[in-house]
Amino acid sequence: MASGRDDFVIAIRSAFLKKGTQQRFSLISLIFLSLILIALGSLNFKPINYLKIVINEIVYRSSFIVSTPESYIKNTYLVIKSHFNLYSENEKIKLELENLKKKKLLDEFIISENKRLKEVVDDFYLSSEKILAKVLSDKQSPFLRSIVINKGSKDGINMGMVVLDRDYLVGKIVEVNFTTSRVILLSDLNSKIPVFIEPNGVQAIVSGSGKSYGVVEFTRKNLEKGTFDKKVYTSGYGQLFKPGIPVGNLTWDDDLKKNKVEFFSDFTQLDFVKITSYQRKDL
Amino acid sequence: MERITNEGFFRKIISYGPVIVLFISVLNKIDFNYLGLQFFSFNFVYILIFYWTLKDPKSLRYGAVFLAGLINDVVLNLPIGLSSFNYLLICGVTAYLRNITLRPNAMNDWAFFLVIILIINSISFVAINIIYAVELSYLHYLVNSGMTFLLYPIFSYIFNIYKKLFILKTND
Repeated sequence: MASGRDDFVIAIRSAFLKKGTQQRFSLISLIFLSLILIALGSLNFKPINYLKIVINEIVYRSSFIVSTPESYIKNTYLVIKSHFNLYSENEKIKLELENLKKKKLLDEFIISENKRLKEVVDDFYLSSEKILAKVLSDKQSPFLRSIVINKGSKDGINMGMVVLDRDYLVGKIVEVNFTTSRVILLSDLNSKIPVFIEPNGVQAIVSGSGKSYGVVEFTRKNLEKGTFDKKVYTSGYGQLFKPGIPVGNLTWDDDLKKNKVEFFSDFTQLDFVKITSYQRKDL
Repeated sequence: MERITNEGFFRKIISYGPVIVLFISVLNKIDFNYLGLQFFSFNFVYILIFYWTLKDPKSLRYGAVFLAGLINDVVLNLPIGLSSFNYLLICGVTAYLRNITLRPNAMNDWAFFLVIILIINSISFVAINIIYAVELSYLHYLVNSGMTFLLYPIFSYIFNIYKKLFILKTND
């Protein structure tokens, strides 16, 4: 019994303490170094943050270069897939276009009326200059839905700025380096944004699901099943986003037995994004 | 003469194959999410480190593994040091396994691999979810562990062929 325990101790000691052949460091020293980095990182130790920024700058650029072949394969796959879906998509778009033409006339009147009314109640938002950025990396693992863009603090990017794909909301800035930044996407599990569900103006929170869609939370109990004409817009509560940025369509999922939000922007197809921030006119 | 020098260079590059693939994997984080397959998520780096540190530790040094972990943390925005710690734990287990094994057995390796990925993913989950209060999907971690475990024999077979073709010849 004692001999068995001795063997175990010897095997463990040999594995962790001895430097193996052609190894420069013993395993235990590197494990301790990792633990020290984790501990100092969790305490927000400044040199660790600087170290992270330096590694970020190098790694993001290298990651972009290394990911080029994979991006090429991915884009080819998506192009082939879109060719297969061309006919059905065309039919769908025709129908949508017909509906949009009908709505356009009414919308133009409503927009100008809304602008006038907002000026009256002093609720008019000014947006900062829009910064165009290229997406360097879009690693959307099940644990993390984020993208890295090629603009950082030197281009005027700040934490919390709003990221748009055309006019659709994509996410917000959560990490700023000197020449790069990280954007948390709406589909990330930790993303939560206050929204209105139109046409009824129901308030809710859209949370990321870790997949390609969002889920509706903290809304009224008897929310109707989502349909194609139910749109989700930012409500502007919390003052981070201005009200009315299009987020997605509310749809009913038969498998999940609940409403979900299909985002207007396809996060797997992001090439360039716009970054901006909003401020109320009276502030 | 020149041909011999070129051959030597080529062999050297080939012998660094596992290290090169490790760094490409952490920088690239190859994922197949665009295929839209619901339960297709695995951690290739775990398989790579486990196999090479178990079968041929000279091909994958601890320093490189530590550095790859730091890069992985940056790419995935994880707490810095966490992936290095996880990867080095795999190295520790494989070193222990090498010490206690007289006759290598593929089934034993596979079983040890399951235990270590469950431990590592549990540590990651606890560290990220509880200490850093970041929300994670437990199901995804479980699916990821399961798929990584199931795919180990396939990659192990491929690595065996690579080792026989290149590494052993290089060391001759």
